[in-house]
Amino acid sequence: MEGGGTVSEGMTQKARADAQQMNMIQAINSALDVMMERDAQVVVMGEDVGYFGGVFRATAGLQQKYGKNRVFDTPITECGIIGVAVGMGAYGLRPVPEIQFADYIYPALDQLVSEAARLRYRSAGEFIAPMTVRSPFGGGIFGGQTHSQSPEGIFTHVSGVKTVIPATPYDAKGLLIAAIEDNDPTIFFEPKRIYNGPFDGHYDTPAKSWAGHPQAQVPTGYYRVPLGQARTVRAGEALTILCYGTMVHVVENIVAAMGLDAEIVDLRTLVPLDIDAVEASVKKTGRCLIVHEATRTSGFGAELSALVQERCFYHLEAPIERVTGFDTPYPHSLEWAYFPGPVRIREAIAKIMKD
Amino acid sequence: MSDRTGSGAGEGMAGRNLPTLELHVPEPKFRPGDSVDFSHFDIPAADATPRPDEAVQPAQIRDLAYGLIRVLDEDGAAVGQWNPNLPPETLLRMLRYMALTRAFDARMFRAQRQGKTSFYMKSTGEEAVSVGAALALARDDMCFPSYRQQGILIARDWPIIDMMNQIYSNTGDRLKGRQLPIMYSAREAGFFSISGNLTTQYPQAVGWAMASAAKGDTRIAATWCGEGSTAEGDFHSACTFASVYRAPVIMNIVNNQWAISSFSGFAGAEATTFAARAVGYGIAGLRVDGNDVLAVYAATRWAADRARSNAGPTLIEHFTYRVEGHSTSDDPSAYRSAEESSLWPLGDPIARLKQHCIRLGIWDEERHAAMDKELAEMVRDAAREAEKNGILGHGLHHPMESLFEDVFEEMPWHLKEQQQQMLDEWKAAGL
Repeated sequence: MEGGGTVSEGMTQKARADAQQMNMIQAINSALDVMMERDAQVVVMGEDVGYFGGVFRATAGLQQKYGKNRVFDTPITECGIIGVAVGMGAYGLRPVPEIQFADYIYPALDQLVSEAARLRYRSAGEFIAPMTVRSPFGGGIFGGQTHSQSPEGIFTHVSGVKTVIPATPYDAKGLLIAAIEDNDPTIFFEPKRIYNGPFDGHYDTPAKSWAGHPQAQVPTGYYRVPLGQARTVRAGEALTILCYGTMVHVVENIVAAMGLDAEIVDLRTLVPLDIDAVEASVKKTGRCLIVHEATRTSGFGAELSALVQERCFYHLEAPIERVTGFDTPYPHSLEWAYFPGPVRIREAIAKIMKD
Repeated sequence: MSDRTGSGAGEGMAGRNLPTLELHVPEPKFRPGDSVDFSHFDIPAADATPRPDEAVQPAQIRDLAYGLIRVLDEDGAAVGQWNPNLPPETLLRMLRYMALTRAFDARMFRAQRQGKTSFYMKSTGEEAVSVGAALALARDDMCFPSYRQQGILIARDWPIIDMMNQIYSNTGDRLKGRQLPIMYSAREAGFFSISGNLTTQYPQAVGWAMASAAKGDTRIAATWCGEGSTAEGDFHSACTFASVYRAPVIMNIVNNQWAISSFSGFAGAEATTFAARAVGYGIAGLRVDGNDVLAVYAATRWAADRARSNAGPTLIEHFTYRVEGHSTSDDPSAYRSAEESSLWPLGDPIARLKQHCIRLGIWDEERHAAMDKELAEMVRDAAREAEKNGILGHGLHHPMESLFEDVFEEMPWHLKEQQQQMLDEWKAAGL
């Protein structure tokens, strides 16, 4: 088993020795660097990713190192970026396009849903789209409604794409490497609120950096965190909390503050989901809370809730609860009323635990 | 509250002495029952258009986007600077491929009417667009076609029985019955998987061409869309990318005048030509008589040489006419005049090349009739062979559990579970 639950798992002695403190941006940059070094077919493209190195700096230095034929700026057309990446994949390249914000991915939907996701199926394997679409997502940065959305549920609903969301620098690098090596199109959503440090959900306290966080010790070389495997952030008996991305850290902080023996499962990959981890945990605890930042109706939490109900019904001691973004656009000034933060999570936990 | 509820639509502004605005909704010149008069068409003489050097700057050849490149004149002579001067054997191969495409279409259209498959799309009248281009490209150049370029596969000698298996969605269908008939994929023929979504292939072709250039390859890409779908965003994204990176790609617009029931005016034809879309992008734009296979060949060859020498992309409008309905699902007599196709001023592409070959003394009516007969028998025999593998809806298809394959490279747990559930349910139902 590669990758896995802790930093040391799946790492060779050498990799451990080479581990460095990295924030999530640095870890993503390192993954791209490692893969471009290993595989000449890997190309990076997107708005502002070349000379400038990306608006979040995730591709910094790559053009200087690998040249403009492999790392290049693109016109501002997400439809074009993904369409071109499909063609490059058909040629034999392994494109890693960046969509500058997940909120901008909608113009590319046809190319993602009807083309990249369906190409293997419709051509019976003659052509594939081995691309990894990186995109910062989620709120908590006062980005307003066009720089804050969490559209993962749109993609988990589409047959033929994988959806991956890391919550730590270590996972970001290992998952991104695994996604790039994967021969299926993968949506790789990066929780931008935690690019520079884990977020405890309290927006009014000073921001923390990744310094000292065990999951911020990242090997400088190649390693994979396999797609489709959840990570148990904290083992516990009282209830299971299913979450991913930024919410992992918010949940972790609340659980610690409440002194609760909760089991926190970071899903890491939504499709294919680690159903075994979900099922085992809920059967053990008998209670389940689902937390995500995306809007509620038809959100991925709805799928999780249905799966838990189908598989763990006779083990449940309380109704499944969801804490999610509201079914509204992401507001600017009222961001912290929208965000599924400590107040709402605490209330939901209390409700689940009361019987 | 109340002052925000009304939209004010249609109320205007009282007291303002301004002309009333009018919305222009395009209307085709001829509708069912109308007599057709194409005298308004401005058709330049076949030898009128100069042929520039392939490395020319796009700004210097803007007039080519508004003219009409032609080679075959009204008497069937090949004239002018664009005459590719093809050897007789190439001309006869072109003729045969176009005739085979038409025979194939006739057979498969009939098969659909006989209930052997769900859907078919003929390319009648547009055979030159595919065949001329296919012969002008190198065999390993990559094609990203739309749904009416079956002539490319035929001109690349792809087995027609393989195409028929796809149309019948039978056990011999390499695509495992997953695609609507005619949505071929043939990697070995340099023929990309056809999408039913329009013009998505345009940026893909540009991406393929960019990859080829980035890798220092020598192969180029070509793509096709209809005039109607130049309105799609993908078209414009592709033109921007092609222009920005000078991608070695040929972008073809098959202007067959009709997008299902919508005439070309709904894609902007009243205002300008489709080749003129190239002007704004700084791309070389050519407008070609799409019913003149020698002109299609010459323009494609020009664009291919241009792409191969790193001089950049070319946008080619092939001016042609869709003689049949959009597909087996529409009746063109319900929306356009039946006279249009017979009076089309640029004639029929096969008849024109036949006339040229006869004029050259390398062909005659007897040989042409014999060829048509031979090709009709050939497609009939191929269809019979293909039908041994099954026709749609008659049980001979890929196993039902195969519908879960190829969604991903490795089948994940949820698809395995759904697959097993499907099989269990059918078994429980005694099927």
